[in-house]
Amino acid sequence: MLEEVGTTEQGDLVINVGPQHPATHGVLHLVITLNGETIKKVEPHLGYIHRSIEKMCESLTYRQFIYVTSRMDYLSSHINNHGCALMVEQGMQIEVPSRAQYIRVIMDELTRLASHQLWWGAMAMDIGAFTPFFLSFREREMINEIMEETCGARLTMNYMVPGGVMFDIHPDFCKKVKEFNQHFKVKIDEYDELLTGNIIFQNRMKNVGTLSKEDAISYGCSGPTARASGVSCDIRKIFPYDVYNKVEFKEILATEGDSLARYKVRLDEMRESMRIIDQLIDNIPEGEYQAKTKAVLKLPKGEFYSRVETARGDFGVYVVSEGATTPYRIKFRSPGFSNLSVLDHIARGQKLGDLVAMMGTLDLVIPDIDR
Amino acid sequence: MTREELQARLPELLNSIAFAEGGQWLNADVAAADWKALALNLKNSPDLAFDYLFCETCVDWKTHLTMVYHLESTIHRHQLVIKIKLDRTNPEVETVADIWRTAEFHEREIFELFGVIFLHHPDLRKLILPDDWEGFPLRKDYDDPVNMIKL
Amino acid sequence: MDVNQKPPTPFPGEVIQTPGGGILVSKMDQVINWARSNSLWPLVFGTSCCAIEMMSTASAKYDWSRFGFEVARATPRQADVIIIAGTIVNKMAPVLKRLYDQMAEPKYVIAMGACATSGGPFFYNTYSVVKGADHIIPVDVYIAGCPPRPEALIHAMISLQEKIKSGMTREQIKMQKPENSF
Repeated sequence: MLEEVGTTEQGDLVINVGPQHPATHGVLHLVITLNGETIKKVEPHLGYIHRSIEKMCESLTYRQFIYVTSRMDYLSSHINNHGCALMVEQGMQIEVPSRAQYIRVIMDELTRLASHQLWWGAMAMDIGAFTPFFLSFREREMINEIMEETCGARLTMNYMVPGGVMFDIHPDFCKKVKEFNQHFKVKIDEYDELLTGNIIFQNRMKNVGTLSKEDAISYGCSGPTARASGVSCDIRKIFPYDVYNKVEFKEILATEGDSLARYKVRLDEMRESMRIIDQLIDNIPEGEYQAKTKAVLKLPKGEFYSRVETARGDFGVYVVSEGATTPYRIKFRSPGFSNLSVLDHIARGQKLGDLVAMMGTLDLVIPDIDR
Repeated sequence: MTREELQARLPELLNSIAFAEGGQWLNADVAAADWKALALNLKNSPDLAFDYLFCETCVDWKTHLTMVYHLESTIHRHQLVIKIKLDRTNPEVETVADIWRTAEFHEREIFELFGVIFLHHPDLRKLILPDDWEGFPLRKDYDDPVNMIKL
Repeated sequence: MDVNQKPPTPFPGEVIQTPGGGILVSKMDQVINWARSNSLWPLVFGTSCCAIEMMSTASAKYDWSRFGFEVARATPRQADVIIIAGTIVNKMAPVLKRLYDQMAEPKYVIAMGACATSGGPFFYNTYSVVKGADHIIPVDVYIAGCPPRPEALIHAMISLQEKIKSGMTREQIKMQKPENSF
């Protein structure tokens, strides 16, 4: 399996990229068939971080399995936890107090900002520009500090519970978030000035990896990958949960479908996230931060599905319950799994150097794909 | 279309379709032999236009396996859940990878974790597990004394 | 580690003052160990969430190049230390062994995080996780945490530097009594 390199009968070269590779953002093994420098076929080999989470969750209770999902797509850990908590609340008909709803949405949008910041820095580093990596991590550290004061951790914050949030927010939370927003509004224009208008960057991203709208729907893409091809699929707009129906924000769509469009969609999403936080941060209502629930949760017999919009796309939690304290079967519909399947389709005919730009703009997190 | 309209429209495509009560979305039970024709109709009929397969999975009830497909239409915004009952000793069903391209990867994963054979799949082999893995890990009777440490 | 001790990396040896300057007398072993420990180049190897904390340690706020880990090489032929950041699963284990074999001596291993130490949160009821990276390759320093903070990773790197400077083998360290045993 690792020994597949060689030459095919037509004289094409078969090479391995990964699993240990700086540009694959995790352990992704691609077997690429090349004719000169033109790609003829890309075959992803997955499973190098398959931690059998679905089997493990069949022996964890409904309060315990939420935090394993933090480790799946670790860059949007709050949003994953939110999806699981929503599923349990839907099954047990728990009413979440509105203070908790506001806090959850603010945490979600901060996580989305942090994820897009890291995406921006890492993608630019792959293409060859090293400076954006340090700039974006500097801003990301500000969000990490805010999270650490309230939730206690920087990356895998186990903060959401079925019924609300685990602790109340720190007294300095609102002040720090407002300071961060003001600081970042200036910085994101600097990011644009640094990278977006750069002629080398534009040449590497324009018309590279074009994905049409029908293909995006057929391959099951979601999130910014699909929105850059014109598919309107933002779960926050279509099936709003918590207080997303009370805030005003645009769904960013583009029509070209190439890598530059995916890049611009994510940058504009960062601006929209800041707008959402601005609308909510001053209006957090007083009240309970967690609904009173039983200590041991048992979902009634049946099936439940909840969907949330992570930084990568449409994350779904599907639970089949037999009335016990542990789920009978859990399936996590991860956005990266479908986004990766489109890589072979858009990479054919492009050059090998463009593959890195395409993988960067698809924004893959491999533990999310392998589960 | 609302749930009642879908419930009235779908038997026109397939007579033997059965509906289950309750649930978040409309649940329909289909036999394995009728699935491919129904899937083509679901995608191509303009008033249904189910073009987005957002989740495909399998559940192991100890006497049989059930395939579950979650479909959505991006144009009309209605959802449908299709369930197909499969025999445990010889689970076979037609592939839908030529209709919804996302099913290629999903079906490969279900093949290696549950053992369901998808007929006419373009490339059915293991995706996530190592190539020499034996057994179907997500089945309820899977036992692995070497790797699995029970709590 | 004693927090009151002198800051690390003074050049090892003794200076004998003579008129016209000084003569530095040292042992060759100590000088080589000093040089090795102050320029360990890590291998870019991150499988899951701990890799993000490793990237944070590499960036400007918790800079690891202050300690000599400046250049993170992608190829194992040019790397000195491999920081296993993330879970190792059955399919990845031969890859890890191959990377370790390709590194040139002297090479060191840091197991970062709960998953690389012992399987972590994925210990029970999983069929595909290797319960600890030391089933595959010998580990020098273990770090606890899920994920460990960047400061914890830097503490582990400094401990590794101390270990290299002391020049002892693994068995000699085990025989030693710990100074602050609790």
